[in-house]
Amino acid sequence: MDWSAAYVSVALGVTTVGLLLPAGIWAGHALARRHFRGKAIVEAAIAIPLILPPTVLGFYLLHAFSTGSALGAAFQQVMGHALAFSFPGLVLASAVANIPFVVQPIQRAFESVPADVREAAACCGLTPWQRFVRIEAPLAWPGILTAAILAFAHTLGEFGVVLMVGGNIPGETRTLSIAIYDRMQAFDDRGAAQMAALLLVTVVAALAVTMALGQRVNRRG
Amino acid sequence: MPSLPRRVAQLLCLLLIVAVPGSAGAQKPVVAAASDLSFALIEISEGFTRETGQQVELVFGSSGTLARQISDGAPFELFLSADESFVQQLATAGLTRDGGALYAVGRIVLFAPVGSPMRPDDGLAGLRRLLAAGKVTRFAIANPQHAPYGRAAEAALRKAGLWADLQPKLVLGDNVSQAAQFATTGDAVGGIIAYSLVLAPTLTGRGTYALIPDTDHPPLRQRMVVLKRAGPAAGRFYEYLQGASARGIFQRFGFVLPQ
Repeated sequence: MDWSAAYVSVALGVTTVGLLLPAGIWAGHALARRHFRGKAIVEAAIAIPLILPPTVLGFYLLHAFSTGSALGAAFQQVMGHALAFSFPGLVLASAVANIPFVVQPIQRAFESVPADVREAAACCGLTPWQRFVRIEAPLAWPGILTAAILAFAHTLGEFGVVLMVGGNIPGETRTLSIAIYDRMQAFDDRGAAQMAALLLVTVVAALAVTMALGQRVNRRG
Repeated sequence: MPSLPRRVAQLLCLLLIVAVPGSAGAQKPVVAAASDLSFALIEISEGFTRETGQQVELVFGSSGTLARQISDGAPFELFLSADESFVQQLATAGLTRDGGALYAVGRIVLFAPVGSPMRPDDGLAGLRRLLAAGKVTRFAIANPQHAPYGRAAEAALRKAGLWADLQPKLVLGDNVSQAAQFATTGDAVGGIIAYSLVLAPTLTGRGTYALIPDTDHPPLRQRMVVLKRAGPAAGRFYEYLQGASARGIFQRFGFVLPQ
């Protein structure tokens, strides 16, 4: 068992969720409430990482992170090391790959908040912010939690993007899924099996919680 | 219950602060090494750590992949390639301290897992007969596009006139270590892999092998180089790799040592 890889995986999952959740709540809420020209295009763009091959995403991100690009060069200037093959680079890549996993469940959750409830809240004199905090967010929280769990579990399992953008640096970019691949090549099937079992249990648990939350939402609706 | 989402948010923020990895790797130089060194280099680095108290992090991959990562800014301090060309490319690009040092010459073997119909002692001629009899299921080599051991395997197969006929049967490992894994598992009749890997204790008992004459392929002249970003610890490990105990281990793993 490679505990430093487990640590990197958890750190990556938590950081990704922590970065994406506020933005996802804002975007999901906006997409559920507002109607504007080109909304379908925005929704399609959000779904892109869902179906794009990870190697395609990895290819573009690696180019964006290289010191030849504006982003990569700026990061190198400020931090003194390259964005590619570093933990911050991995976080950024993982955040991009997880956008649909966060935005979509949150959007569905806000859409399922009945209009009459919101209107009643407005009639009671609540400001939009108060309505959001006291009425909508509490009703949508199973969706928000589902988004967080999905993004976390998906980050643990991500392989292609992590391998391309992160390489395989121990303690920095070697996640559990990369470590399993690495251990297999080193003929350490025992180590690979332990880590595979750990990931399996984690993902099954995440799915169980997600489905339980889904039922809760359905009962309410 | 509005407090629950808030509590979840607080927990996430707390984890975010606690979880971000520090620069724990800073004190340990990260060494990028060709996969044929998978077992030999672990032994050498353990000896180095025993003698100096200095630990090193080892990352294995195909030389081509590692060279690409180095030119894209990967934080490696020392690069042990399985050939010379990748080191020269990096040196030309100004990413290395100097031209590096030749540390070993690699050999390839024909390997057959337990239960395979192939007899490595018959050499590539035996493989040809097996192929003609339609008994070759799969044959594993490293990817010649970026793995030097794959290139050597391709050269040997071409010289034997087997390359074209074997094409549909080939499984390509990302690096020679994965090729060895493919050769030992599944339904492969075997493969061409690194001598240094079959000599590792992990692989003993998994199959039989025979050396392929080194005149059948261009020599695997393995060169290592200290990269521009390296600290003093990486420099010390570079020296150690050229010392007597490291050379002894390389030799035990079947490498031919440069004079």
